[in-house]
Amino acid sequence: MGTWVQKNRTTVVLAVVVVVAAYVFYYAKNDIAPSMFGAAWDYAIPLVLAALVGVIGERSGVVNIGIEGQMLLAAFAGFFSAAATGSMVVGILAGIGTGLLAGGFLAWTTVRWRMDQIIAGVVLNIIATGITSFYLKSGEILPGVIPNLRVPLLADIPLLGEVFFSGRSWIASVAIVAAIGVHLMLFHTRWGLRTRAVGEYPSAADTAGINVERLRMINVTVAGSLAGLAGVYLSMDASSSFERDMTAGRGFLALAIMIMGAWRPLRAMAMAVFFGFVNAVASQLQQTGGFSVPPQLTGTLPYVAVLVVLAVAAGRVRPPGAVGQPYVKKDQ
Amino acid sequence: MSESTPEPLPPVAANDTAAQPAAGRSGLDGGTAGEVLLSIQGLSKSFGSVRANRDISLEVRRGEIVALLGENGAGKSTLVNQIFGLITPDSGTVSIQGDAAKIRDPKDAIARGIGMVHQHFQLVPVMTVAENMMLGHETTRGGGFLDLEAARSMVRELSAKHGLAVDPDAEVDDLPVGSQQRVEILKALSRKADLLILDEPTAVLTPQETDELLGVMKDLARSGTSIVFITHKLREVLAVADRVYVLRQGAVVGEVATAATDARRLATMMVGREVVLSIEKAPATPGEAVLEIEDLRVQDDRELVAVNGFSLTVRAGEIVGVAGVEGNGQRELVEALAGMRKVVSGRVTLGELDLTRANPHRTHHAGVGHIPEDREKHGLVGTYSIADNLVLNEFDQEPFARRGVRQFAAVRENAETLREEFDIRSSGVMQTAGSLSGGNKQKVVVAREMSFRPRLLMAAQPTRGVDVGSIEFIHRRIVEARDAGAAVLLVSAELDEILSLSDRIAVVHGGAVVAEMDAQDADRTEIGRLMAGDH
Repeated sequence: MGTWVQKNRTTVVLAVVVVVAAYVFYYAKNDIAPSMFGAAWDYAIPLVLAALVGVIGERSGVVNIGIEGQMLLAAFAGFFSAAATGSMVVGILAGIGTGLLAGGFLAWTTVRWRMDQIIAGVVLNIIATGITSFYLKSGEILPGVIPNLRVPLLADIPLLGEVFFSGRSWIASVAIVAAIGVHLMLFHTRWGLRTRAVGEYPSAADTAGINVERLRMINVTVAGSLAGLAGVYLSMDASSSFERDMTAGRGFLALAIMIMGAWRPLRAMAMAVFFGFVNAVASQLQQTGGFSVPPQLTGTLPYVAVLVVLAVAAGRVRPPGAVGQPYVKKDQ
Repeated sequence: MSESTPEPLPPVAANDTAAQPAAGRSGLDGGTAGEVLLSIQGLSKSFGSVRANRDISLEVRRGEIVALLGENGAGKSTLVNQIFGLITPDSGTVSIQGDAAKIRDPKDAIARGIGMVHQHFQLVPVMTVAENMMLGHETTRGGGFLDLEAARSMVRELSAKHGLAVDPDAEVDDLPVGSQQRVEILKALSRKADLLILDEPTAVLTPQETDELLGVMKDLARSGTSIVFITHKLREVLAVADRVYVLRQGAVVGEVATAATDARRLATMMVGREVVLSIEKAPATPGEAVLEIEDLRVQDDRELVAVNGFSLTVRAGEIVGVAGVEGNGQRELVEALAGMRKVVSGRVTLGELDLTRANPHRTHHAGVGHIPEDREKHGLVGTYSIADNLVLNEFDQEPFARRGVRQFAAVRENAETLREEFDIRSSGVMQTAGSLSGGNKQKVVVAREMSFRPRLLMAAQPTRGVDVGSIEFIHRRIVEARDAGAAVLLVSAELDEILSLSDRIAVVHGGAVVAEMDAQDADRTEIGRLMAGDH
């Protein structure tokens, strides 16, 4: 334990500072702080899920620029399946299933056919925009809502409990569990060791008897279910409607968050929350006014923050060694 | 008026046990008497129209060290990759202990007791030694959770048993090449390998590391592991192998017991003609000082001091060899002299020109020819043709360009001439440089850097990964450049190369010259001692 703290000193110090600052802000500005924190987390939930999709893909060596499209397709399929069948459960399953299918598409094209990963992702995004705009129907409504989940005990913690463990649907809790789960799996299990090997130096994995292609296919496909859940959250939880291009670039933001989080699930979650908070500050500035700054400008604040953090992070973090490169065996 | 340099093929002094000449031990070992472990019958493999292996048959017995000797492109790697299941043979059989079942993939090969140490190490750089060792056959504590402690103790156990020291928690990235190779060998042993394949294991090692490895190989063979060992270095074959198979153009052209042969005969078999192993050269007639390096300081990529107060003078018409264990600032020195790396302090002059702050363009036009250490990265553009690569530094000059327009006829003519002169074996001058073999790539670089008659020729590891025939050729060219009046700075990790080519030798350690001597007075062990920092 002692060595863990030593190795992660910066992270620990930073985490303590941030938590203390958050509590100080929470008690000092009790009028606006709770809603700002809530808004921050609301905004961060789909980004956490989408960033995990990116992390799993890139850790396996596959760039997934199609997260945007995966989410959009899932949001669409989830919403309209639920509306058509009158069942929220069917809608949610349809959304997750669509995410899986889209992940499978990406896996098949990039891993099996060794198509350029960027192009495959862009194709997926274009297909998603096209299909969802074409079949879009207005006037449909959801048959219900996704129930809120109050986590016993944890929900009673001041601030943290209020934001993370109560007043939100179970998808929010799944996002937290998924981030912790992916972290544990990536760094402490056989699957994780093999996945990282395949993404860093696939020929080493191959000569150790690991089927590189199969592992990549499975990872990219299964990660799609998280993108599906993120899409479901957008159209069936955060709002109760499907709108054209409602993902609004979140899939790309998630990739930035993945980089800021150094391809690590928990850091990516922290970065997503940070980004959500900057977003909440921006909208707070727009509401309270006071400044003579036009709202269009304050609206750019989160993106400026991303640029600044990325600029600082660049050069300090390093992507998986084989990311973006299809693995070709000697014989082929 | 010619004087021969010392015979460059003395037996390797690996350690006490290895110091005895190869011929003395071969007959004693049980190796040749053991059962047949690996038997290959009529193996053939083609890639397109290239027949990489043709009708190869060989046998390896238990506890035997067998060397596969051949020039680059002779088909050695193709052969062992088929044994390890990385390449599927077109025809023929590979049987392990009499079992001729097909080896489909590395997993199959590992399961049947074959371990392989690849030329490019198959280690994940960002992972620890223990993680790399367990990859592919992980021990878990249930639920798929890794048992790192078990992996660590396995590493410690194996490394103690075989005398291969490694730290299980070290990140592979931080380890020197020699240690990385130890990890690779341990990895194979941890899979209970009966047969260990080593693909050019010494290509990346320093002389000390090489000697150590050869010692390890002997120990392993003594304890019953069979070893197939790919190389094109004759000295190593004679030092450790029991038998040698010589490959040329994909076929076995000879099989001999090392006890019954010598370097000259092996070289002849390998190349198919007589090869001059020691360079004959006239004594140097040094002229005025050409390159003067004064108290040079240069940093490495991590911004640590790599070259630390280096001073040296190279005169026209002499070859000065810089000997040293790799990583003692040689790379940074050469890069600084070539203008590729910033000089922190000190002075570099070429005759009357100050080149301390020059860029590569200026150093070239000042008359510096540079054969870089990493030819793939700094010497060639792999996707360009041979012809274009031959004018990389002169493409904008007459006659290759006129008023900003390239003159393709002149470029081509230049290429045809140099191809002839430097014996670059290719299908034509428009073939891409990347598709050439290592030796021929190097000849392209050498041709380009020597054809403009440089005042100073810098050659960094000029024959690394190059076959014997090409080595001979390149060495002769370097001596010719000297005789034509060029100052030559030779940097090499191969002590034999330094000893046979240099007129003067500077030994570096810790980024500075620790000793300078005439090549005639040079003594192998003395230099080895100085290289190790003992001065």
